[in-house]
Amino acid sequence: MKQLVLQLTGEGGLLAGVPYPLAAALAMLLFGAIVVFVFVLPVAGVTSWLERRVWARIQSRVGPNRVGPQGFLQWLADGIKNMLKEDIIPTAADRILFSIAPYLVVIGFIATFAVIPFSSALVIADLNIGILYVTAVTGLVVVGVLMAGWASNNKWSLLGGIRSAAQIVSYEIPAALSIFPIVLLTGTLSMQGIIQAQGWAPWHWFLFHNPFTFTAFFIFFVAALAEGNRTPFDLPEAESELVAGFCTEYSGMRYLLFFLAEWGNLYVIGAIVTTLFLGGWQVPHVTDNPFVLAVLQFGVFFLKSYFWVFIAMWVRATLPRVRVDQLMSLCWLYMVPIAIVNLVGTAIWMMVVPAGLDRVVQMLMTLGGAAIVVGFFGRVRFHLRRAKLRDVDYYYNPII
Amino acid sequence: MSLGGYDVEVQRPGGLATEEMTLNMGPQHPSTHGVLRFIVKADGEVMREAIPDVGYLHRSIEKIAEKVGYHGFMPYTDRVDYVAAMPCNQGWGMVCEKLAGIEVPRRAEYCRVIAVELNRIASHLLSVGSMGMDIGAYTPFTHALREREYINDLLEELCGARLTFNYMRIGGVAWDLPPDWVPKAVAFLDRFEPLIDEYNALISYNKIYVERLANVAVISAAEAIDYNLVGPNLRGSGVKYDVRKDMPYSVYPEFEFDVPIGTGEVGTVGDCFDRYIVRIREMNQSCRILRQALAGVPEGPVLTKVPRKFKPPVGDAYIRLESARGDMGWYCVSDGSEYPYRVKIRTGSFTATSIIDKVSRGVMLADLIAIVASFDLVAPEIDR
Repeated sequence: MKQLVLQLTGEGGLLAGVPYPLAAALAMLLFGAIVVFVFVLPVAGVTSWLERRVWARIQSRVGPNRVGPQGFLQWLADGIKNMLKEDIIPTAADRILFSIAPYLVVIGFIATFAVIPFSSALVIADLNIGILYVTAVTGLVVVGVLMAGWASNNKWSLLGGIRSAAQIVSYEIPAALSIFPIVLLTGTLSMQGIIQAQGWAPWHWFLFHNPFTFTAFFIFFVAALAEGNRTPFDLPEAESELVAGFCTEYSGMRYLLFFLAEWGNLYVIGAIVTTLFLGGWQVPHVTDNPFVLAVLQFGVFFLKSYFWVFIAMWVRATLPRVRVDQLMSLCWLYMVPIAIVNLVGTAIWMMVVPAGLDRVVQMLMTLGGAAIVVGFFGRVRFHLRRAKLRDVDYYYNPII
Repeated sequence: MSLGGYDVEVQRPGGLATEEMTLNMGPQHPSTHGVLRFIVKADGEVMREAIPDVGYLHRSIEKIAEKVGYHGFMPYTDRVDYVAAMPCNQGWGMVCEKLAGIEVPRRAEYCRVIAVELNRIASHLLSVGSMGMDIGAYTPFTHALREREYINDLLEELCGARLTFNYMRIGGVAWDLPPDWVPKAVAFLDRFEPLIDEYNALISYNKIYVERLANVAVISAAEAIDYNLVGPNLRGSGVKYDVRKDMPYSVYPEFEFDVPIGTGEVGTVGDCFDRYIVRIREMNQSCRILRQALAGVPEGPVLTKVPRKFKPPVGDAYIRLESARGDMGWYCVSDGSEYPYRVKIRTGSFTATSIIDKVSRGVMLADLIAIVASFDLVAPEIDR
């Protein structure tokens, strides 16, 4: 990247005469825009399509299946439709805040993509404070949501905004406390550094490193769901309570931006979980070809993170919503103390447990984790088969 | 606002008073089940009062009866409670028959019971499904509606309509059971009964769901009677009262069934969960009644000869029956002409709205949604 810009601004280059800092800034903007339009927005869109399909399957419906094969292009149709809609700003609303709030939310989620390592080479910026940066920029989302709730001048929006602020601020604490054990283990905040400290095999992942990181993983995932306003923590936009929460008054593209951020955020959650606990892009060393390796690593990373997106969809389709007081007591009475215990426990583990025992524990925990997964999917399979056995044609309607 | 005449002052520890927020929940709100409006005063998330404002769906159905005559009113009764239209049909039929002293053929009574019980299951399915949705779980709703579709198919084959049936007539029912219909209904029951357990596994005993409903809006038995709650709402408070058992009508005395009541299995007797679980159990009991009724449908006519110009003798009649929303009363005064002099319908949802303000003080805003859902309010039944 740097060489390319230097080459372009140098003697005989396309941009000869343009000062280097300006050219570099332009290049960064261009590259960022390419990443956003080619990867981030489609990922958010496809996630929305997938969520609707997965939801429909779980709810014995069909889901969107008209636009493109299996309805795959539904997200494009929705996007175009929303862009063509009138963008209504209520007369009583605070115009400026109302207008910029969705952009703030979207910036909060797009900015995280800057540090997400898709492979050993594919990363926009490997910041040395990567994971700290992620927690910082996702904090922008709460500002945007609160702004939207306040500026709408609608009581339902205001309630949604305040709920969101309380929820996101509270749940950032267990989320951050669950990141710290990993930082302790690796001694770095850089996302690439964290991945490089793990291996391709499950017993090299931090998920199975010790019992404390295992717990930290679940705490982090639940807290991340709460930060992303996902069911069972979707109180800010609880449809049956607050109409549409903070986005009640929004319409058209601005409304879409909120949901773009929500679905995009799902992928960010999966990516961060993968980076911290699941070995990131680590693959077995099969080839020396850097291109093939990058594709492999990208594929592995993408699948791992998308698996957690799928889990989040599954959770959303299964669980009801918690109440506000239950949400807060869950965070402060259970998750924060457990997260602190995890942090201290990891530190003690590092001091006490000798290196040889370490390996054994990791292998045992991997086996235990595999057993849980196998048992769980066995149960799922059992229930699916049982449901299929009764699948008789009971449609009586003589007309159809 | 002085509606209801309540004025609750909010005092925080340390003398820091906060302003109350007046929220208009409805008439168009996703979870008020039709056009029902609540004037809510809230201190943040905590409710101070929630006053129901009814009347947005008033269609003067009782007045219409005075203009369209006895036979002509039957389709209008569907609109009294469109979620469970069969019991309304039956109510109007029963009150007219009592006025004129008409005997209904036994086969017609069986047809009525079968139709009403199927409709009761459909109504309870919609109730428990939308309760799940109001709590935030969308999947139970679609699963409940899927089963309800099968019932709608059955009823469509029976009477040609899926929602507003217009199936019953004064002196019987409009159509006999279609050929091969009974085995289909039995097949539906065979499929549906295990699904109730599946539904319980899916949502009823879900930890979050139980936490949301247990100990919320507890109504004691005495309170429930004072506020004139009926049907599953009353039985949820532990009062064993069912018109089908206690003041039997039609052919109900011939069937064996239990009256499930709230036991407070996860919280206190009379909380939202009890009202919810009573409906689930009632579906089981309806299945029991249906099996017995389908097995024993007698032969014979389904409609007695009733004159087209139906002129009952001067007098009045009151009947009560167990609709899906409880004790439903029909009162009709006849002046000997072709048109009823006065008709009055007493519905369960209307009385249930009166207790909402009492039980929703001091609970969270999200609880109000659960409370409204647990009473199974149907807006057209409130206003008529």
